[in-house]
Amino acid sequence: MTEDTDTAARPTHVDLAQSFEESGVKDVLRELDDSLVGLEPVKSRIRETAALLLVDKARRRMGLATETPTLHMSFTGNPGTGKTTVALKMADLLHRLGYVRKGHLVTVTRDDLVGQYIGHTAPKTKEVLKKAMGGVLFIDEAYYLYRPENERDYGQEAIEILLQVMENNRDDLVVILAGYADRMDRFFASNPGFRSRIAHHIEFPDYSGPELLHIAEQMLAAQNYRLDDDARGAMAEYIAARRRQPHFANARSVRNALDRARLRQANRLFNQAKGPLDADTLSTITEPDLRASRVFGGGLAVDRLDGGRRTGQAIQQAAE
Amino acid sequence: MKLRQGQFSFLPDLSDDDIRVQAQYAIDNGWAVSVEYSDDPHPRNTYWEMWGHPMFDNPDAAAVVFEVNECRKEHGGKYIRVIAFDASPGWESIRMSFIVNRPATEPGFRLVRQEAEGRVVRYTIESYATREPEGLRYA
Repeated sequence: MTEDTDTAARPTHVDLAQSFEESGVKDVLRELDDSLVGLEPVKSRIRETAALLLVDKARRRMGLATETPTLHMSFTGNPGTGKTTVALKMADLLHRLGYVRKGHLVTVTRDDLVGQYIGHTAPKTKEVLKKAMGGVLFIDEAYYLYRPENERDYGQEAIEILLQVMENNRDDLVVILAGYADRMDRFFASNPGFRSRIAHHIEFPDYSGPELLHIAEQMLAAQNYRLDDDARGAMAEYIAARRRQPHFANARSVRNALDRARLRQANRLFNQAKGPLDADTLSTITEPDLRASRVFGGGLAVDRLDGGRRTGQAIQQAAE
Repeated sequence: MKLRQGQFSFLPDLSDDDIRVQAQYAIDNGWAVSVEYSDDPHPRNTYWEMWGHPMFDNPDAAAVVFEVNECRKEHGGKYIRVIAFDASPGWESIRMSFIVNRPATEPGFRLVRQEAEGRVVRYTIESYATREPEGLRYA
């Protein structure tokens, strides 16, 4: 009797392909491929991680492994490279593999973790951690937690609690730290405890021009808009020009540009249209909608001029 | 004498995993779970000390077990219970309440007889533990 239950509990063979199908991981990976443009290194890292977790799960079922693997991750990359989107997918993936029970994503920044006065930080951090239990805690711009210039900064207290929970409650939550690559490196260098507790470091590369154009068209398609051929050329030029200007934020810059283009399109239709409009006209973004952007003129007047002396002048000029 | 109050009190003490499953049941029903402690085991002592706020927006019961263990560190020698509030009727109604921690020794209750008018005897119970001042009980 007992032998039977023993063998039932511990299979002698596992079919990885079958558990791959059953767990729904395949769907998540396909969704990831379809919905995210580019990001090849990220996708391959996620596939590797998924494979590792599947094998680990099989090993656990056979009694070969007992420890929960360390799943905490760090996502580094420039703004607008899809870190939050991938984190959402990662939460879903971990949930389907059974490594987190609920699979929700709690996104926080320094303000949500660090308090204003003595004794405020610990309860605040614990509250956030409790909310994230059973899911994934995503700490955006994690390096702001550590402020070396102020040794009495409460961020240190939040870091200590985080480290403790990351170690002791590994079964309960997965922490993902995100931020710009260089500043994250400095953050890890000054907090070695974090580096050793994080198993997966994933870097997000910048998008190339054609990728951003593809993203732009995907974003528009999701809202039932489209670019006509001339506008597509203008968009490609826009992306190239915008990249050279300061505060370029990859996909986020593209989204903002498209929002403004939609605004101009609506304005153009409103001012010029005579008679009824068909659905095609209402959903087409044309070249003039994009060409009106300040980016083609060299960006904002304030950004165009370097040096504080001339910036003041520029603002004055702009005001006139 | 083992205190029998609330749910599951005639069962063996709940393990952390049992607590998690029960608390998850409450959360899945939309009830807010909270942790309370007391060193006065009298059955009419309804209002226990709160350990933190009720957990209104935690989707997973691991947080409850975490708080129970935090409370045990501080008040391990007292009674700790987990209760679940249902706010949906518009007033506070407790749906679940169970003890998750108890003192090492539970001295039980004494029967107190009071002579009243006309040879009437009034009965009440008193916990032996509450003869000591607060904070010194179950030491």
